[in-house]
Amino acid sequence: MGTLNFIVLIPFLTALLIPLFYKKGSRLHIGLLPILVAVSLFIYLLTYIPDIANGKTFLHTISWIPSYGINFTTYLDGLSLIFALLITGIGTLVILYSIYYLSENEQLGHFYTYLMMFMGAMLGVVLSDNLMVLYVFWELTSISSFLLIAFWYQRKRSREGAQKSMLITMSGGFGMLVGFLMLYAITGTMNVREIIEIIPDLTGHVLFVPAMLLLLFGAFTKSAQFPFHIWLPDAMEAPTPVSAYLHSATMVKAGIYLVARFTPVFGGEGVWFWIVTGVGIFTLFWGSFQAVRQTDLKALLAYSTVSQLGMIMSMFGMGSVALNFGYSTESVFYTQATFAALFHLINHSTFKGALFMAVGIVDHEVGTRDIRRLGGLATFMPITFTISLIGSFSMAGLPPFNGFLSKEMFFQAAIDITTLGVFHVDTLGNLIPIVAWIASIFTFVYSMIIVFQTFLGPYKEERLERPANESPIGMLISPLILAGLVLIIFFFPNVLGNYIIRPAMASVFPSLATQVDLGVEILRWHGFNSLALWMTIGVVLIGIILYKFPKIWRWIYVLFPGEWSFNSLYNFAIEQGEKSSRRFTNSYMTGDLRNYLMYIFSFFILLIAGAFVLTGSYNFTISDNAMISTFEWIIVMSLMIAAISILFAKSRLTAILLNSVLGYGVALLFVIFRAPDLALTQTVVETVTTVLFLVAYYFLPEWQKEQGTRKANLTKLVVSIAVGATFTVVALAAQNNRLFERISTYFEDSYELAGGRNIVNTILSDFRGFDTMLEVVVLLIAGLGVYSIIKLKAGKRGKKIENQ
Amino acid sequence: METLITILSGVLVTVGTYLLLSKSILRVVLGTAIFSHAAHLLIITMGGLKTGNVPILGDEDVSAFVDPLPQALILTSIVISFAVTAVILTISYRAYQTLGTDNLEELRGSKYD
Repeated sequence: MGTLNFIVLIPFLTALLIPLFYKKGSRLHIGLLPILVAVSLFIYLLTYIPDIANGKTFLHTISWIPSYGINFTTYLDGLSLIFALLITGIGTLVILYSIYYLSENEQLGHFYTYLMMFMGAMLGVVLSDNLMVLYVFWELTSISSFLLIAFWYQRKRSREGAQKSMLITMSGGFGMLVGFLMLYAITGTMNVREIIEIIPDLTGHVLFVPAMLLLLFGAFTKSAQFPFHIWLPDAMEAPTPVSAYLHSATMVKAGIYLVARFTPVFGGEGVWFWIVTGVGIFTLFWGSFQAVRQTDLKALLAYSTVSQLGMIMSMFGMGSVALNFGYSTESVFYTQATFAALFHLINHSTFKGALFMAVGIVDHEVGTRDIRRLGGLATFMPITFTISLIGSFSMAGLPPFNGFLSKEMFFQAAIDITTLGVFHVDTLGNLIPIVAWIASIFTFVYSMIIVFQTFLGPYKEERLERPANESPIGMLISPLILAGLVLIIFFFPNVLGNYIIRPAMASVFPSLATQVDLGVEILRWHGFNSLALWMTIGVVLIGIILYKFPKIWRWIYVLFPGEWSFNSLYNFAIEQGEKSSRRFTNSYMTGDLRNYLMYIFSFFILLIAGAFVLTGSYNFTISDNAMISTFEWIIVMSLMIAAISILFAKSRLTAILLNSVLGYGVALLFVIFRAPDLALTQTVVETVTTVLFLVAYYFLPEWQKEQGTRKANLTKLVVSIAVGATFTVVALAAQNNRLFERISTYFEDSYELAGGRNIVNTILSDFRGFDTMLEVVVLLIAGLGVYSIIKLKAGKRGKKIENQ
Repeated sequence: METLITILSGVLVTVGTYLLLSKSILRVVLGTAIFSHAAHLLIITMGGLKTGNVPILGDEDVSAFVDPLPQALILTSIVISFAVTAVILTISYRAYQTLGTDNLEELRGSKYD
């Protein structure tokens, strides 16, 4: 039994406890319980750092469904530790922030329950080593995120945003599940550890690439990569602490985690490199491009998150090529991209968390997040301004903030990748640093928008709901800590690099890490020879020009109007999907019994006659038929005539009488076929049935001629004849294909076995008495049914309720 | 004989199908009744016709009987189909009484149910 497993379970237990402790009016804030849990988990995880840094890993298993190889296996290594620390650390800060952010009138019990569920699910995702358990927690993050986005469920936009994120992440999750199952089919194991060991021999497997693509589909939807990024801006309807936690620091990084975790499985393949890098780079560009046009601060931050996630994703893609080479000095060279990715992952969590919280404070204090209504807040909210400044400059990649370091490393990695000798990077590969550079310019521009258009410029008091004031200190603690981290990481990056990121590199490149130390010395200063530095200088210069003179280039956005976005495509697809499925359903679900019978009969003809024709089972012979006397000919012929005349009957009395002719004729046939009991029963039953029909006669409407178009009648006729013909042909063929002798010779000993001379009766009451018993029950139920149908009538009261 | 009776059941099935596809409930009920006749005839035909004596052990020595098993099956079936016919006849009576129509086209329920 591992303590690691309990790390995952404790948040869930807390989520269970919260409603018990939550009472309105209690003096202690309900947020205290989750914050204590989060902070103790964080501290507990910190104690693992020395061991992990020394290359140790921890594996614990709790049996769940051992017969299917599904066990709750947790595995802690460098990679999981980074994420687990982010989840619990930022979780603590977010809970602290939310205590001051959310008013006491909100449903805080719900909020913290969902939040703890999410934290547990997220820890489960990063700590699970078993594919199925990973998937379970993955879906739990989707569900709790859905609940959190729609926390203000009274608002339509919240519900819509929640629904959209649910649909997109769930479909991605489902694709991922299929990918996992394919991986299981390839390797025969559910454990990621074992898969990584086995997979190098199996990369040629036919399911290898499909599994990879499906897994990436899951990762891209979760991490809001192009074109699945559309749910993230809409998820901004959630309370700001949720946006800060889920949609910047943790959940959107689940896809990143998945890509990093499965790099040893799929990395080194050209498909993986191109998709991860290509999609990442394009997401980086598209997100930053779209962010600049936003007027809502949270939407801007959402697009910037999309963009930064694309950047991290692309770096993981670039790093994965190292696995292609096996061990060599060259391969280690490319792992630096992954190092930069992990580094930026942490940096992004710090500055984006701080920025979201700062925006939340602005929203909380002045009542709006619209850039056009904001301005000049710096003098009123100096601390928030400082936090935003640090966050934005770090995001823009300026010194002395940690974003600068990771941005430099990113540029360096993008430049390095153009020298790559595999996967045909010759031409397209040169685009990577260029796109990265352009995207960084846009990043710079929107970062400046956040700081300067919100906090500087004219103060527009009349446009604000409340006059600006610095927020209470409680709300400032968390963003201040994060902003502080931004600075600390810049000045002491190698502490982080050596103790946290180096062990994570060993998880991403297990085969290389055994041979060489993958740690990278993070340099604050590369010297003037570094191209990356000049790229940053270029970004700043051009960024300032673009920011200062928006008029000269803003027309670009006219070329890409908002209606052309993937959002509109998504809405269109949803709308059309609903419409067309409704149309489709209405086209065949007519509510008319005859149509459904028509389908059933058509399928009967198609399947039975079709199979009959395909197998060619025609086999007719009349050689062993019994002789037919003239009398029998007459009976059979008159029955046929009677049956057909029912169709032409002018009145219902004729039809009923013709039906009884059929019944009595069948009874007569039973006599000829040496079945006295049958003949007797048939006669009696036919009489009673006829009486029943005649009783109903007076209560039923007059027999009307079947109206209908000729075409409809012809279809009916064709279908009926086809059904009859199929029936006859199959029956005839069956008669001539006896497989074995009958078993009835056994029943002929009925006198010795059952003490009866009438064999049919002994079968009914002795050999197969169960049938008879249940048949009696059927008759009883029918009697009760007839009685209650006639007697019981729904009262008016019931009717009214139904119509309400 | 077997072939002839099978063809007879085929005709009954054709008629029954045609009646089931009609608009008025009474025709549908009749169609099901005719279907059950066809089924009974088919079952007894499958056991072979007139191959021996009535399946009752008498004092005289008879070597061959007709197959008693299909007869037992049909006997059960007759009773069940009678019960079902009675129930659906009552239902169509009640439906007509309550709704005032026996036309299936009008009995498809309202759009808003």
